[in-house]
Amino acid sequence: MRAERPGGAARAEPPAPREAIIEVRGLVNRFGSQVVHNGLDLDVYRGEVLGIVGGSGSGKSVLMRSIVGLNRPTAGSIKVLGVDVLNATEPEIEAVSRRWGVLFQHAALFSSLTVQQNVEAPLREVMHVVAPLRKALARLKISMAGLPPDACGKYPSELSGGMQKRAGLARALALDPAIVFLDEPTAGLDPIGADAFDQLIRELRGSLGLTVFMVTHDLDTLHAVCDRIAVLAHRKVIATGTMADMLKVRDPWVQEYFHGPRARAAMADG
Amino acid sequence: MGDATIPGAAVAIERTGAGARVVLSGDLSLVGVETIFTRLGEITGPGPIVVDGTGVSAFDTSGAWAIATLRRRLAAEGVEVRIEGLAPARAGLLETVEKSLPPDPVAPPATNGLIRWLEAFGTDVVTAWSTFTELLGLFGAVIVRVGEAFIHPSRLRFTSIVFHMQSAGLAAVPIASLMAFLIGVVLAYMGAVQLRQFGAEIFVVDLIAIAVLRELGILLTAIIVAGRSASAFTASIGSMKMREEIDAMRTLGLDPIRILVVPRVLALLIVLPLLGVVADLTGLLGGGVMAWLTLGVSPEMFIERLSDNIPVEHYLVGLIKAPFFALVIGLIGCHHGLKVEGNAESLGSLTSSSVVLAIFMVIVLDAIFAIFFATVGL
Ligand SMILES: Nc1ncnc2c1ncn2[C@@H]1O[C@H](COP(=O)(O)OP(=O)(O)O)[C@@H](O)[C@H]1O
Ligand SMILES: [Mg+2]
Repeated sequence: MRAERPGGAARAEPPAPREAIIEVRGLVNRFGSQVVHNGLDLDVYRGEVLGIVGGSGSGKSVLMRSIVGLNRPTAGSIKVLGVDVLNATEPEIEAVSRRWGVLFQHAALFSSLTVQQNVEAPLREVMHVVAPLRKALARLKISMAGLPPDACGKYPSELSGGMQKRAGLARALALDPAIVFLDEPTAGLDPIGADAFDQLIRELRGSLGLTVFMVTHDLDTLHAVCDRIAVLAHRKVIATGTMADMLKVRDPWVQEYFHGPRARAAMADG
Repeated sequence: MGDATIPGAAVAIERTGAGARVVLSGDLSLVGVETIFTRLGEITGPGPIVVDGTGVSAFDTSGAWAIATLRRRLAAEGVEVRIEGLAPARAGLLETVEKSLPPDPVAPPATNGLIRWLEAFGTDVVTAWSTFTELLGLFGAVIVRVGEAFIHPSRLRFTSIVFHMQSAGLAAVPIASLMAFLIGVVLAYMGAVQLRQFGAEIFVVDLIAIAVLRELGILLTAIIVAGRSASAFTASIGSMKMREEIDAMRTLGLDPIRILVVPRVLALLIVLPLLGVVADLTGLLGGGVMAWLTLGVSPEMFIERLSDNIPVEHYLVGLIKAPFFALVIGLIGCHHGLKVEGNAESLGSLTSSSVVLAIFMVIVLDAIFAIFFATVGL
């Protein structure tokens, strides 16, 4: 299962023959009478960092939750790593879910465990790794996520928001996933912290060969780390492409988003 | 030297002259590394040591970690380790991992078991003492708020008090009365068996009345209320504390003690004596029914005996305890709720310890009252 995956490939750009690692087709999500998605299509390619943007309440989190199986869509099909996650058997789902890691919007760390125990949890419960190796790997992941060693013994409530996000990332990376899902990773971080987080994502993507599915509102992040951007509006993905492509999209919401003063500032920095 | 032929990863160590050659092969991801990492830990100098990764099929951070720790450990011993045959992407991953490899954790100094036990015991004593002083502090704070309410009655939150009276009092009537009824039944039955031997059946009325009115009615009601309400108070205040709602109240100039603690404590002060009366009545009822059925003590005889032979002091001695029990239960429940910290574990452990402490304190208080009333001759 792991062996078929090539090792960490450092890629600055998405590879030329683009292999879709996530395929969403005709997704419909409805809560009561509220239609959140209606016929949404989306491809995520191996090795890329895809940024998902869209207004508040446009269904970005619901899309992410649908892909990782936390929200059963009303209709549509979702394939992750070649597995049809909506119709797969229990063992198939288990196998594929070991190959993705999720960083939730509010980190969702286990509040009664220390940071180290949080990162150890999947290693212990899913892979049953022996204690010394587990502890060492957890400490490595925590350090790779940019936390100092003394954070290992702390409880989530003793960490700042940015440190919690990093700890959540370390936990998401615990099983060396092929895909990581990040829900607004830089929301609520100060600009320096957000820059450092962007840098971290970029580095890890390079060295671990990750595919990153990132929901974000942060134009700097979009500009700094995303290879491609997908815009969620009117219950669909209305546009995908690079930052430059976005500027040419006709839709008024996209226009306003990417031509506003903040967008221009972000582009000017780059 | 040896060859580890475990499925997954394999490591072969060949001594070459002065140094050694470590040939890694197979699956060097999490699963494989688990099979070889102890063996890698046994590799020692003299160097130079060459690690050959040509035969590695899968490689992830775990594999990189294994090589990085080997290299760092041997470097500390002054042995040079060279890596060969690793594809560029894997070498890049190894470099990243080496860069962020955390220092080995320093094991905490081993302490002797007796010292650890003494330390834990000391911590418990200090915690118990500080809980006691904090409870007194909270009591004082509640008294101050209630005193203020006499001057400004509008400060009292009547809606909230009524709500808690309903949930801690009215909702507890069925369980409290059922329990008291059954206690009456048990007393009458046990009394009947013993008293019949002396032909003193009628004394069963005295037995039931004194036991229920003086002790059991109010004590067991208080225990039930402690179980129901101390836990509810701790859980509701505690989960607000966890989500920083209490802090938010403070910053808005709202006083959590006035808003959360006072209504709960006052509500219990009002309803526990009332519940006690209900329990007394149903306890007598249960005893009366059972006395009638097993001993043939008719309801008229029961009531006559009750009014002629049982002084009202027994009833008052029982009821006077109710407000004290209410105070203890309410204060402990709220205090433990305010002690909750930012994690789910502390909410759970404080909720259960609030119930245990409240019940324990009710029984201790009851014992103190028993001694007191015996001394003053009531
Ligand atoms: N479990 C749910 N039940 C009902 N409505 C939901 C649920 N989850 C999300 N929604 C609704 O779906 C919409 C999209 O939510 P979400 O994906 O969280 O937005 P965002 O794009 O800001 O992440 C919102 O209007 C939200 O109210
Ligand atoms: Mg969201």
